[in-house]
Amino acid sequence: MRYAMAIDTKKCVGCSDCVVACQTENNVPIGYARDWVAEMVAGTYPNVELEIRSERCNHCDNAPCVRCCPTGASHIIDGGIVKVTPEECIGCGACIQSCPYDARYSHPEGYVDKCTFCDHRVEDGLDPACVAVCPTKCMYFGDLDDPSSDVSEAMKNRNYKALAPEAGTDPQIFYLL
Amino acid sequence: MKTRRDFIKISALGTGGLAIAGGAYNWANGSELAEGMSAKAAGKNLKLNRFPTYCEVCFWKCAGWAHTNEKGNIIKIIGNDEDPHCNGRLCPRGTGGIGMYNDEDRLKTPLIRTTENGQQTFREASWDEAFELIAQKYQEIKQKYGAETIAGFFHGSPGSHLGHLLHAFGSHTEAHPSYAQCRGPREVAFAATYGSGVGSPEPTDIRDTRCLVLIGSHIGENMHNGQVQEMADAIDNGATIITVDPRFSTAASKSKFWLPIKPSTDLALLLAWINVIINEELYDKDFVEKNTYGFNELKEHVSKMTPEWAYGITTLEPALIRQTAHEMAAAAPSVIVHPGRHVTWYGDDTQRERAIAILNGLLGSWGRRGGFYFPEGMSLPKFPTPELPHPEWDWKDIHDKKYPLALLPVSNALVEASIPENNPKHLIKSWLVAGTNLPLTLPDKDQTLKAMQALEFLVVVDTMPMEITGYADVVLPECTYLERYDYIRSAPHREPNIALRMPATEPKYESKPAWWIAKQLGEKLGLQKYFPWKNIEEVLDWQLKKVGSSLEEMQRIGVKKFDRAFGAPYLVDGENFEFNTNSGKIELYSTEMQNAGFDPLPSFTQHEEPQQGFYRLIYGRTPAHTFSRTANNPNLVDLKPEPWLWINPKVASIWGIENGQYIWLKNQDGKITQFPIQVRVTERIRWDSVFMPHGFGHHNKRLTRAYGKGASDAELITNVKIDPVMGGTGMRSNFVTFLTEEPEMEVES
Repeated sequence: MRYAMAIDTKKCVGCSDCVVACQTENNVPIGYARDWVAEMVAGTYPNVELEIRSERCNHCDNAPCVRCCPTGASHIIDGGIVKVTPEECIGCGACIQSCPYDARYSHPEGYVDKCTFCDHRVEDGLDPACVAVCPTKCMYFGDLDDPSSDVSEAMKNRNYKALAPEAGTDPQIFYLL
Repeated sequence: MKTRRDFIKISALGTGGLAIAGGAYNWANGSELAEGMSAKAAGKNLKLNRFPTYCEVCFWKCAGWAHTNEKGNIIKIIGNDEDPHCNGRLCPRGTGGIGMYNDEDRLKTPLIRTTENGQQTFREASWDEAFELIAQKYQEIKQKYGAETIAGFFHGSPGSHLGHLLHAFGSHTEAHPSYAQCRGPREVAFAATYGSGVGSPEPTDIRDTRCLVLIGSHIGENMHNGQVQEMADAIDNGATIITVDPRFSTAASKSKFWLPIKPSTDLALLLAWINVIINEELYDKDFVEKNTYGFNELKEHVSKMTPEWAYGITTLEPALIRQTAHEMAAAAPSVIVHPGRHVTWYGDDTQRERAIAILNGLLGSWGRRGGFYFPEGMSLPKFPTPELPHPEWDWKDIHDKKYPLALLPVSNALVEASIPENNPKHLIKSWLVAGTNLPLTLPDKDQTLKAMQALEFLVVVDTMPMEITGYADVVLPECTYLERYDYIRSAPHREPNIALRMPATEPKYESKPAWWIAKQLGEKLGLQKYFPWKNIEEVLDWQLKKVGSSLEEMQRIGVKKFDRAFGAPYLVDGENFEFNTNSGKIELYSTEMQNAGFDPLPSFTQHEEPQQGFYRLIYGRTPAHTFSRTANNPNLVDLKPEPWLWINPKVASIWGIENGQYIWLKNQDGKITQFPIQVRVTERIRWDSVFMPHGFGHHNKRLTRAYGKGASDAELITNVKIDPVMGGTGMRSNFVTFLTEEPEMEVES
């Protein structure tokens, strides 16, 4: 089993609903976020292009944050979800520095926090909060090993990319182009 | 400067004593709701921790569930899967609506204007005291000038309760800025063409369309939820999107064709499209012949309005105009030339909207799948009350035949009629304002302030210390939508449906629901016979039972759908549809406009252009905010703390302005923004225009997160072009220049 997410840049309008839904679902303190929206503008008026992406932890197969964690607080659970155990985290911040996606932040309570793919919801057969709320239904979640999962279906017949492939982390968030 | 009505920052009291948490008030006001619900839940051995609601962060009113934890605090809000407005998915504002409830800057107690040591201030008051004062002043006003001189200004749910109160007292004058500052022109134009307005939510069948045409409508930046969802469906389905906008909007970035039009020239483009579709015989001939009136007059009228003619006005290549017309025709009748929502731009807005209506008529999209469907709503009977009084005059007399086709009161006309030196036929002496922050909502803020200074009595009902509260004589704290009942939402849609809003928790502080405020005040005014119910639950249950539901059922399900009673959502082949117009047909040539003395066919008018060094001010939306009402919401401020001013890189380079720099804006009349705005240098905007989101630039310090964040567009909109057809305020003929150093200004005390 390999959990992954595909995000359709053709549909995303960058409304940030994924951000606020994550904050309320996961009790993320105001001023912090586990996911965010990036907007890339290219070209010169009137030949302009815009790409909008909802970004978060890439739950990498080759996760530098897990390798560099001195206490084992950062770890990988079934399905490849990268998680942090707050009680084991000493807040050293090495993982924050090692992440090519800047996907982790220091929680005011002294540990490092990040996206969990809402594993507490996934256990119950639900989509992560960001996927469930998205008004454009531009996000797809599921098991890449299952060819009939939402994410596998979404990636069929579409071009896609991952971010910072040069970092060699084998990220599991894909952007449909 | 001392004035009769000094602006009072609600913090005037300065002590922490404002918060009277809990309070003695029984939150359900005599209802057994809290106990009743938990008892019911216990009976079913369920932990009842979600309560149905519909959102009040914007007018789309999506239905959802407010979830509470064991302590009874609201922890999250999610959409109701059965709701056609949101299909189970709220937008960021709906999801972040929880911030409206948690905002510690909320109004907490009734406040009464008083003078202490020569200075005007507010003092906390009990509800009873506030009601006594209002009742006394209202009776005085009624005696001296007549109850008709009290006008209501409302937005959203509280208006239905308070409007009833005003009507019961003898005034039938209530304006909603959502008309003359927003969608009025399209309602009038579509009514003149099709015999019925557009309404809300717009009955655009975007889900099934093959071609969606957006004229300055920025779906995706406005989060009109169902519409955004359907646009995404249309993208999935491979529909063609054509976006006309001087700005590379989000929608433009999703479009097959983006037409970067010169601002203010949209009507020329529309007429050229009509010209191509008629000249090349691309219109739906059967539909036009069967259903429309005035085709030949239209054909003659547009005969010279070719794409080459429009090129010289719009700067859009004739080939592009033709190509996009061909795209629309190829998709017809599954095509939508979208009427837009905020359409009060240049003062000839009804005529521009008429051109949109005509174009849809030629393409045969009205009443067709993938075009416009016929919406149907569930009509709930009114709880019986004695007949309401008939005022001697009302808003129609205030308009005084000035805006003959206005279907609803024009807020700016009421403001004008509140200023004695205008010598209005009927002078308005008092306002009751709820849910709308007029100084930041209406254009020409100075005129709004002038009118408020002249009022004898101003009562404001709101959840937040919005700027308008600072000018009030009495401020009444309404609880948020998450803490109250309101009337049933029954907006028309593909399927008739209703949604319930009920409290998920007790109102915080001393805040109260508007229905309760209206009833209590009504009783103080001796109008109890018009409020013959114990509480709103009784009214809702009575209404719901009349349509085969009940309050108990709606508390469980939140949204209920019904079968259509009046036929299919689309025209049936061979159907002889009678349109509610003078001719019974779709009036391409409008006899109603003609009879009222206006052009029966739309023509292009040249609008004002910016002077050297000035740029047209285009304002709009940002997805995380609704006008000024969300600017202090902690969750939404976290997403978007302050507005950007978009400036084209070439312009920025001439001015030496850098990305991220704060600048002040000065308009053509010398009006300077109170606060600076941060610049975003971007290729997404033309060189002759700048863009900023509407609703920022709050100047009340009690809005601790919103205060001083960015400029307010309302301050800069002093050149207002009134639509002679319906009184709408055209706001896009304002031009700004940049001040990179802090200007010296008189600061409002």
